[in-house]
This record gives sequence, structure tokens and C-alpha cells, in this order.
Amino acid sequence: MANIAQAVRMALHFAEENLGVTDVFGEDVGPPLGGAFTCTQGLKTSWNSPLDERGIIGMAMGIAMAGGKPVAEIQFCDYIYNTIDLLKLAGNTHWSSNGQWNLPMVVMTPVGSGIRGSIYHSHSFDASATHIPGWKIVMPSTPLDTYGLLLAACKETNPVMFLIPKALMRSRGVELIPGEPAEDKALSKMIDAPLGDRSKWAPQWPELSDPMIPIGKAKLVRAGSQLTVVSYGRTLPLCAQAAETLAAEGIDAEVIDLRTLWPYDWDAVKASIEKTGRVLFVNEDTEVTNFGEHLMRRTVEELFFKLLAPPKLLAGKFVPGIGLADPLEAASVPQQHDVEHAMRTLAVVAP
Amino acid sequence: MARDAKKLSAPAKSAKAATPAAKPFKALVTHSDALPLEKELLLSMHDTMVKARCLEERLIAMYKTGHGYFWIGGPGEEAFNVPLGLLIKKGQGPAFDFCHFHYRQSATLLAMGEDPVGAIRQMKNSASDPYSGGRNFAGHFSKREWNIAPVSSPIEVQYAMAPGTALVQKRHGGDGVTIVTGGDAGTAEGEFASCLVWSSRKGQELPVLILVTNNRWGISTPFEQVQGVEKISDRGVAFGMKTKTIDGNDPISAYLELKEAFEYVRTERKPYLVEARVSRLYGHSSASGANMNTVEADCIAMFEAKLEKAGLLTKPQAQAIRERYTEQLADLARLAKEEPFPDGSTIWDHVFHGEPGRDPFAG
Repeated sequence: MANIAQAVRMALHFAEENLGVTDVFGEDVGPPLGGAFTCTQGLKTSWNSPLDERGIIGMAMGIAMAGGKPVAEIQFCDYIYNTIDLLKLAGNTHWSSNGQWNLPMVVMTPVGSGIRGSIYHSHSFDASATHIPGWKIVMPSTPLDTYGLLLAACKETNPVMFLIPKALMRSRGVELIPGEPAEDKALSKMIDAPLGDRSKWAPQWPELSDPMIPIGKAKLVRAGSQLTVVSYGRTLPLCAQAAETLAAEGIDAEVIDLRTLWPYDWDAVKASIEKTGRVLFVNEDTEVTNFGEHLMRRTVEELFFKLLAPPKLLAGKFVPGIGLADPLEAASVPQQHDVEHAMRTLAVVAP
Repeated sequence: MARDAKKLSAPAKSAKAATPAAKPFKALVTHSDALPLEKELLLSMHDTMVKARCLEERLIAMYKTGHGYFWIGGPGEEAFNVPLGLLIKKGQGPAFDFCHFHYRQSATLLAMGEDPVGAIRQMKNSASDPYSGGRNFAGHFSKREWNIAPVSSPIEVQYAMAPGTALVQKRHGGDGVTIVTGGDAGTAEGEFASCLVWSSRKGQELPVLILVTNNRWGISTPFEQVQGVEKISDRGVAFGMKTKTIDGNDPISAYLELKEAFEYVRTERKPYLVEARVSRLYGHSSASGANMNTVEADCIAMFEAKLEKAGLLTKPQAQAIRERYTEQLADLARLAKEEPFPDGSTIWDHVFHGEPGRDPFAG
């Protein structure tokens, strides 16, 4: 059973072989390291770039313009901010040229807290990314979704921002990627690069196939009747766990993994809120002009008379960074108990 | 073509010492009166230079009479931009040249064979604007069938993209190269350094013709106030790439120097940095008035004097060419004035490729 890092690697291998990916590149993406999180080990088109995020995004745009299919990595999303200019340009190239040019390119970057990454390895990017029109924005929370959605991203003819929750990078799911061996160790032996000299190592890729997970479709993680929880990325498993915990207390929560932030699956969210009348949006980006706030606006505008309680957002605190010490990180971004508390509180609000 | 290497590398003393607004640019190198190009080419270059100047003057007139919101362009750079266009291998895909231009390149497009009505329609921001459908400023060209990437207003971003198209071209084989242009002020941006770094990696050099037109201005700021380098081309020396500073006000010099640089990039598949010293005749943009600067050298006047001296063109002939283009472009502007703006409902078009435009929040 793959973890998310292995899922990324297998997806990129599949995409190199079957979807026309020509370049997987970024800082330390090529051999010998194969990515700061090992996501790009053993790939045939991977290469190391200069330490230059603007150069990385520009290179991806150029490759895409000339007919290639790049997957560029920004090593941590904390370092993507100096590329905003180019990200805006990539997002508007099709529009500003009135449909002449399109950029089939994927930018993937690890996001969020959870590895005690301190101020510059804990940033989120979903709120900022959703302020840049022209991009599709994906953020999976399981290895299978990571694999399937990365294939979907590589099939896109538009720019796709692929946000990988770094806290979940080593987590394993319950669903098999089609073609992977069920045994963790068997997969590791096939596709994890050995420690030490890797110059003679080559991966043995499993016979993979495409689970056809589309961009723009949410996933119902747990069905429930009293309360809707909409989340994505690191906080999604916290919400799923909280729903199980609260079920024992008689609170029946529905949990939706949004998976794609743009274009997002409003139909799924709307149907759930219409059913439960209560909604909690959870993510860990800072709470001011947060993507969850957009979802709340839409909830209020379109579903006001269906609501049994005010919609609620649980997000990261609006502070300049996430401090290194455990209590600082825990106080800055939603934790398990925060999610449970928010759900419990919302469940008992009566009109 | 014999060239004086000492003169080529000599610092631009006159320009360096001058108060930029008060003294004209003095050429680093000029070619002799014995014109080294065929008559037909010389007259063709002159013709296109005049056409480009008349186009820019028409665009400025449109701006000043309320038929456009903003003007920016390249009058004064024709002696460099026309030869550039003539040397480009135009077409679509990696077998042809990729062009990452900035917004002073109308003369290059005309030299490539573009119809000037497109620039006029873009100034008018009509729906018929072939580059952006009324969405973007004048001079912001885009033409995929000729590999002309969309020109954008952020300074220097094009230099970050150029190595990407060049990488695909190098893999593709053939002699297609990537051309990137920008001004002197923009070389302070990080993307200029990115272009130098990414295109010069040892063993992975890329076929990029890196061009900088140095008019010694960044809007209102003199070059000397914000940059310490004598020659921008020296920036490339540290990266082991071929470099030169040329006289961009002389089309003969520009043609020969660019031809040599193109041939090197096409055959060696390595970068070449060319700095061309040029004039800026109507200021940065309409934001600074777009009025004729009579102090800076006018490349067309100088070229016409040279052609006249060589017995290739008379003053009345030159005047007739100018009058003909002035009239033709005025006619095109009158045509464009009658063309409609894009409909507001089209804002949703082309947000995503391959998908119909729609308001995601419309009921």
C-alpha cells in the first residue's frame, strides 16, 4: 500500500510512459536525491534545476509553449511566493491571448504544517492559489487520490497547481492504487531508492493503470445526516476521525473531501448542506480571506433558508508564521481536538 | 565584414558622461559609407522602418484623439527591430524560432510580414484585435502561428520563459532558436539573471538569442542612476557566453551583427547576449506624453542620409514613402474606429482551454 510520496512517484512514472510528460524538474528533483520528499526517485525525465523558483516556473511555461508537458516542483510552497508574477501570467496566458496559447503544465508543491517545519516549511498556499484565476487547483489527502488526480493533472491542457499536504506524505490509505502490490515492503523494494550509492539502481515499476479520478469532483468520505464537514488536505483525516469519534456520542456527521479547490464540486457541497442544515469548513490556511470564507459566502447567499445554524470556518490563525515549538504550531493550525470541538458545538446549535 | 574590435569594446564615453536628456546617443561602432548590403535589402529595410514609424505615430495619434487608452511602442528602435524581424525563421512549433518579445517590437512584426491593421485594432481595443481581442494594451502582440508568445506588461518575465522553449528546440533538433527581447532597465529584474543562468549551464547550453535594447532609460530614470555596468553585454561574460554591444541605430550594423549572432546560436545551439544601443523617440509610453524627442538620434533620418549619399534614395523618394504609409495607416485607423468593442459577456471566454466560457456563479 503506497504512501503519498510513492503515489506521486508512480503517477509521474505512469504519466511519463503514457501521458506525454516530458520533464519532471525542480530543485533536487533529479538523481541522486529524487526530491526532498522522495517523490521523484527513479523517473526517467527528472532533472535538477538551478535554485531559482522564478526560473522553474518560467521554464515550465516555455516548455509548455513549445509543445512539451512539464511537471515542475517548488520544493516547499513557502518558496513559491516569489513566483506569483509568473503564476499569474501562466493563469492568464490563454485568456490574454484570446484563446491562442494554452499552457499544459503542472506545478506541484508540498504545503502546510505537521512536520514541525517552523516559519518557512509550514505555509499553506490554497488561499493564495485560489486568488489566481486560470489555474486548476488540486489538493488530495489520500495516496489513491494523489495518484489519480496527478494523472488527471497531467492530462490537462491548462495549468494545474497540485498541492501536496506534507504532513500526510508518509501516510497510507485504505484503497489500493491500481497495479500496486498490497504489501508495503514489496512496493518499497520495487520503487524506493536505496540509501548510499544509487548510481546503479533502477526502479521496478508495477504495472499501473489509471483509476480515472476527475478534477473537480469531491469525495464523500463519510455519510451523515446532522452536520456537514467540508475539508481537504491535512485536516481532512482529522475531520474523518472526529466524525467517527462523535458518532459514538450520537452526532452523525457527513464528511466531504473537496479534493479540487478550482473548479470545486459545489453540487456535492450544496446537496450535503441542504440535507444536514449545518456546515463546518476546515482547512489550515490563515483564516482571513481564506478559501473556506468563499465557501461560506456561497453557503449564505444560496442556502441561507436551508440552514439550521450559522456556517462555521475552522482555519489557521491569522499570524505571520507557524512557530517551531509544539505548542506554537498546535495553537496556530487546527488540531484533532479543535475539529471535534467545532463539530460538537455546531451540532447542538438550534435555530 | 571587417569590424574594429577595439571600437566594439570601447565604453560609451559620450553616453556615460552625458545628461541623458540633453545629449544624443553616440554610436559605439558605425559602418563605413560603402554600404555592405544589397541595394534591395537596404531599401526594403528602410521601407519597413518608415512603415513601422508611421504605424507608431498613428497609434500615438489614436491615443491622443481618444481612440485608445494607452500607448506604448518602439519608435526609435526600427534600425534594430527591422533587421531582427528579417532574420527570424517564422513558423509554428519547435522547428521555427520562438519569440519572447516585450512591447517595443512592432517593427519586428512588420518585418516578419505582419499586417499593421492588427496593431491598430489592438490600440482601438476592438473585438477584431487579433492579438488579445480587445483585452490588452497596444504593442502586446501574440501570434501563435509564428511562435510569438503573448507580450505582457510585467517587465522581464519573458526572460524566464525563453530557456523553456529553447530546451524543447534543442531536443527537437534543427536550427530553430529562441529570441528574447527587453530593455536595459529590466535587466535589473531577477528573470534576466535566470535567463543567463539557465541558458548557459555547462553541457546543457540552450539556443537563446538574448537581446537587450539599451535606450538608457527606465521610464524617467537614467541608466547611470540605477546600474553600475558599462555594458549590459558584460553580464554574459561571467556565464561564458558570447556577447557583444552593437549600434542599434544603424540598420546595416544591426543586420550584420544580428546575422552573425543568429548563425552562432542556430549552429552551436548555445546562447548569445547582444546589447543594442538605441534611441527612444517618443518617451516610455503615453504616460509620459508620447511626444517626439528631437534630441536623441533618429535612426531613420540617419539611414536616409546614408542611402542618399550612396545614391540609393532621394529625399523626395523618402518623403513619398512616408506620405504613402501615413495615408495608408490613417485609412486603417479610420476603418478600425468603426469596429465594435468586444461584448462584456465574453469575459468568460478562454479562462480555460478546451472548455466553454461561463460564469461559475450564474444561477
